[in-house]
Amino acid sequence: MSLATVRRLALGAAELVGVLLIVSIGVFSLVVLLPGDPAVAILGPGHPPSAYAELRQELGLDDPLLTRYLHWLGGVLQGDLGRSIVPPQGEVSSRLVSALPVSAEIAVLGLLIALVIAVPLAMWSAYREGGVVDRIISAGTFGVLSVPSFLAGLLLIWLMVNSLGWFPRSEWVRLSEGDLLGNLHHAFLPALTVALVELAMFTRVLRGDLIVTLREDYILAARAKGMAPLRILVADALRPSSFSLVTLLGLSLGRLIGSTVIVEYLFSLPGMGSLVVNAASQGDYPVVQGAVLVIAFIYVVINAGIDFSYGHLDPRTRRVHA
Amino acid sequence: MPDIAPRTRTAFPLPLLYAAAFVVIGLALLVYGATTTALIPPAKVLLALTGLGLLMNGAARLGKAWAGPDFDIVFWFAAAWLVLLGLAALLAPWLPLAEERDVAATVTEPVFETPTFTGAHPLGTNGFGLDLLARSLHGARSSLLISLSAVLVGTVVGGAIGLVAGYLRKTLDRAVGLATNSLLAVPPLILLIALATVLEPSLRNVALSLALLTVPSMVRLSRATTMAYTNREFVVAARAMGAKRSRIMLRELLPNVLLPITSLAIVMISVLIVAEASLSFLGLGIQPPEPTWGNMIAEGEGRVFKEHPHIVLVPGAFLFLTVFAFNIVGEKARRRWDPRSVKL
Repeated sequence: MSLATVRRLALGAAELVGVLLIVSIGVFSLVVLLPGDPAVAILGPGHPPSAYAELRQELGLDDPLLTRYLHWLGGVLQGDLGRSIVPPQGEVSSRLVSALPVSAEIAVLGLLIALVIAVPLAMWSAYREGGVVDRIISAGTFGVLSVPSFLAGLLLIWLMVNSLGWFPRSEWVRLSEGDLLGNLHHAFLPALTVALVELAMFTRVLRGDLIVTLREDYILAARAKGMAPLRILVADALRPSSFSLVTLLGLSLGRLIGSTVIVEYLFSLPGMGSLVVNAASQGDYPVVQGAVLVIAFIYVVINAGIDFSYGHLDPRTRRVHA
Repeated sequence: MPDIAPRTRTAFPLPLLYAAAFVVIGLALLVYGATTTALIPPAKVLLALTGLGLLMNGAARLGKAWAGPDFDIVFWFAAAWLVLLGLAALLAPWLPLAEERDVAATVTEPVFETPTFTGAHPLGTNGFGLDLLARSLHGARSSLLISLSAVLVGTVVGGAIGLVAGYLRKTLDRAVGLATNSLLAVPPLILLIALATVLEPSLRNVALSLALLTVPSMVRLSRATTMAYTNREFVVAARAMGAKRSRIMLRELLPNVLLPITSLAIVMISVLIVAEASLSFLGLGIQPPEPTWGNMIAEGEGRVFKEHPHIVLVPGAFLFLTVFAFNIVGEKARRRWDPRSVKL
């Protein structure tokens, strides 16, 4: 590793920590925006004033804001995200730990489905640029981009569950229960819903890059040698056309998390989305705070990783730093 | 000398006659497919879609003959939809619509009536006998009001911050950059949900949360554009002539920053409409009885959708068409005003 790389890494890490600190301040100040007294929210109305005062004392609600923030941040750094204020008042961190794998599975599966469908579609579309198939695919992907994920999910449920009866509606099977097939059977439809928008995005971007690549001389040479179109597309054109797609993978992460949240709520899956939506509608702010913090952390770290690895994927960006 | 072929003109433009016939037949099929009661639903849908296809094809040919080969029929359809919807939403309280909110007034109305495009309830009614057309138009009212005002506030605030930060640079720019990155560090919908946890779900609060969502990308675009223009000749000349910083920002830079920002704003409108609808769908946005597309779609959850698909399909169609139309218009604006692709 050269000195420049180390310096870049250090700067990136410093920025990362700064961003996370600001996010944590923002997340913490949700409590400040909270209307009403948290003590009343926890105990419910109708208790003697001394009970509220005692709870406020116990929760440290009477301390100055800075003290409370530092106290809270200290807990967070030790993995203690507080307790839910809605019964059953479990620990936030243990709930997050049980919810996170479900969301991660849906998101990863959705991304895979999107890639598996988008790459052949884009290749077909780009190879027959301007043809009927290309026009149908382009119009279709543009249309799909205008369908919000909750609407797409409802339509898929209508079609696949209610009309065709191919998939079960709910009752999530955990991966840890060992029933991989049952788990996939339940996860497929939510993952497909999440995949739809990404699929449209990926197809459009990859198609655009492929069309440019297919005009290159070496493609013409391969064609002149009589290579099969499929071989040219897969072996020669795909790799140099996929850089924008890789960048897009990072950019689509935020949208992916958003649609995963909605889809989990829609299919009643026990993931982060259901957790955070239910907590939000009950005003259970410690759970929301914990979930937002964890999601932001994952989001920022993955994005930073993609930024950094980009130099390794695309040699052209590497030369600039050397 | 370019090769110019002499154009042969037929005495009567036969293709135009075909195009006009397409429009007429398409329109007839569309209306018949939508309103007939003699056919089963799939056949109706097929008929209506065929009609729509013919109509679009014919209209595209007519348009191209009239306005040249650059005529974009989809764009005009999108623009027409937005204008119509905007007018209907604006005038909704004064239009002769059935009851959209008060369930006490609809005790005698039929419930779950399917859309027939005719009669007292052209788009049907929901489980309380409330009229879906009226609800959809009132939903458009709040949806458009929220997203347009949010985009306006977000664009003005974000654009101004980006302009100042991009021109003055130094510490201010670094602080703004860190704040922007921190806002972007929380995925949009998660940010909205977090704010919805603590804020009262009123029209104003939802609009403000959505405005906050638009600020960071606006700051980025405005800052980048400002920086690209700061060293151009006319800015340097203005500075050399002793123009004040405020004058350079307002008279030299702002006009150039305005166009790219406007095209991003149009794209943002559709993003915000979806975000608002998602929030209402999750039950965290505008609350019933106030109708919005999101909470209307949420009414169809579970068995209701299976038995009465129009409960979801009617507001879903409004939502889709509006988002689609804003995307088409936004795409066109972006191509015209901002050649560099804008990353949201």
